[in-house]
Amino acid sequence: MKSKTTNVVIAGLGGQGVIKASDILADAAFSTGIDVKKSEIHGMSQRGGSVASDVRFGERVFSPMVTEGEADFLLVFAPDQIEVNRPTLGAKGLLIEPAQIDESKLSSKKNINVALLGVLSRHLSFSAETWTEALKRNLPTAAIEAGLKAFALGRGEAN
Amino acid sequence: MVSYLNFLSSENTPRLLSGDEAVALAAYDAGVALGTGYPGTPSTEILETFAKLGGKAQWAPNEKVALEVAIGVSMAGARSIVTMKHVGLNVAADPLFTVAYIRLDGALVIVSADDPGMASSQNEQDNRRYAVAAGVAMFEPSDSQEAYEFTLRAIELSERWQVPVLLRMTTRVCHSKTIVRRGTLKIAPPQTPHFEHDFSSRVMIPAYARPAHHRLRKTLAEIAAWNEQEGPNEIVAGSSALGIVTSGISFQHVREAAPDASVLKLGMTNPLPVEKIRAFAAGVKRCLVVEEGDPYIVEGARTAGIAVESKPEIFRFGELNVNRVRKILVGDTTPEPKRAPGKPPALCPGCPHRSAYTALKNLNCIVAGDIGCYSLGVLPPFEALDTLVCMGGAIGVGLGLRHALPPDQARRVVSVLGDSTFVHSGITGLVEMIYNPPATGHVLLILDNGTTAMTGMQEHPGTGRTLDHAPTGKVIFEDLARSLGVRNVYVADPTQDEAGFEHLIQQCLDRSELSVVVARRNCLLANRAIREYEKCNEEQND
Repeated sequence: MKSKTTNVVIAGLGGQGVIKASDILADAAFSTGIDVKKSEIHGMSQRGGSVASDVRFGERVFSPMVTEGEADFLLVFAPDQIEVNRPTLGAKGLLIEPAQIDESKLSSKKNINVALLGVLSRHLSFSAETWTEALKRNLPTAAIEAGLKAFALGRGEAN
Repeated sequence: MVSYLNFLSSENTPRLLSGDEAVALAAYDAGVALGTGYPGTPSTEILETFAKLGGKAQWAPNEKVALEVAIGVSMAGARSIVTMKHVGLNVAADPLFTVAYIRLDGALVIVSADDPGMASSQNEQDNRRYAVAAGVAMFEPSDSQEAYEFTLRAIELSERWQVPVLLRMTTRVCHSKTIVRRGTLKIAPPQTPHFEHDFSSRVMIPAYARPAHHRLRKTLAEIAAWNEQEGPNEIVAGSSALGIVTSGISFQHVREAAPDASVLKLGMTNPLPVEKIRAFAAGVKRCLVVEEGDPYIVEGARTAGIAVESKPEIFRFGELNVNRVRKILVGDTTPEPKRAPGKPPALCPGCPHRSAYTALKNLNCIVAGDIGCYSLGVLPPFEALDTLVCMGGAIGVGLGLRHALPPDQARRVVSVLGDSTFVHSGITGLVEMIYNPPATGHVLLILDNGTTAMTGMQEHPGTGRTLDHAPTGKVIFEDLARSLGVRNVYVADPTQDEAGFEHLIQQCLDRSELSVVVARRNCLLANRAIREYEKCNEEQND
């Protein structure tokens, strides 16, 4: 029996906001009342090395880790991390990468994480309000406005 | 951003919490009087969260001291929790083995956060072995809800039998976020702290320790009987063709890899509920144990005469996941494809350690290294770290090299360790250096970046600030070295004058004397926060 769990892997380099993005996604899913699990490796990650975080949601989730070759979505924030992480993606999985948005429209490159969540949001059924609330809950107050704009850019609602 | 106080706003609202946060919340809900420990991935966030919730939490210089402080709290009748990574329990092993004999009044919960796969550790020891060796009851949560509930159960059990309890977690339980419902388990409130003399239960001289050992074995037998009857062990009914015995995070992988199998999930793995395992194994055609790390449950079951199947040896190494469990199920031992390595961590651009390592490399030093960010000095472009064993090991290993090497090589040996590591277990090494100096002298380089950087910028006794950054007593390394009798003590910022710093190290190496150099420059990532704490604390003094 194939479960209806959605598997998302978010990857990048230390400092790119991988963990923050996975927090926002997990919180958005959680706020809709479904089961959610999120996993990542901390520790050495702050030293600029590779970072990846798994988010899984659905009716009932067991393992917090996305099985290799079974990710429905792979978000990669650093182009040089795409190939390293590609094996996690399932045969029908979707790669979401920085090339899909116009980075010049971002107020800061730091918002690439939220912008790519915007791209992901087009493929998920969560409402715009669910996303907005999750962003507000998880971003520092000073970063909310820029974050919402970056998210809208990725979602395709930017001016 | 939502503050931590929202955590507590309503009792029964579910929350998405990491295992570490869930332990902290349980400790808070149980009225734990003091949380103590030493930072170590993946355990660090427990005390940080406990403090944010309003609990009294403090970093100790090392895990041994932390456990001793916690023992005192429990002897006073209050509840304590002490947190550490797996290797920290090695440091705390001395008090651990004896506190098991001692009658405690308040709960003592020892959290060991193991790191199978070594995401950020120097070994992958399986601390379930400690529970058996020391005779300590042990719980193993498999998600954040269980991290919450098992912490409460551990507190309850600790007070019922007046013994310490080990809460054994792993990286994926500590750092995964899963849904937690608070208030699912209520335990009695803590007692009022008090002290009564009880020499024979607390003073472990041989005359009292002998009966205490007998008492411990009797207690463990009682706990074993309780675990068989009422322990947090669950059966997931399924096919009788395959039964899987499992614990911790492996349970989650098993449920996904073998959704039809019968599963016996053990929540308390010392004492092992062997009769439960026996009955379960008898009811299935094939009984397989799926566990991360050592074949701990397997050995326990087999010792009790239960025929269980073990995972193939290759799955002892590293973490398990759904894919690996699928392989275990079919006995697939084909070599596993190695994933392309990602970008390894590196010393940050502008990190003060870079200047220090440049000097050591230029001088062709033999570097006895240690554990922290500066361990990354072993990687290119520096490749300037020759040994790494354990916390504080740099000094002893460096001295040993000096004692044994021919003089021309011995003179190039430098011991290098960070500020927090020096406080953790380098001070006794410094005493050894003074007591048994090598004929060629020695050079100790303390890389003082003003924080416990590797684990995420925690305070330590050398920063002069407490866990929540308030001012407190401060250990000044150069004063300490001088007071112990080291004559050549220097403090230098390695980034200000790189050539001058290199010259200083060269001078120290050239002397057949003992030298201590404190390379002092704040960690680049922590600098801003450190300045803010300093400013805030100064303002409070005004």
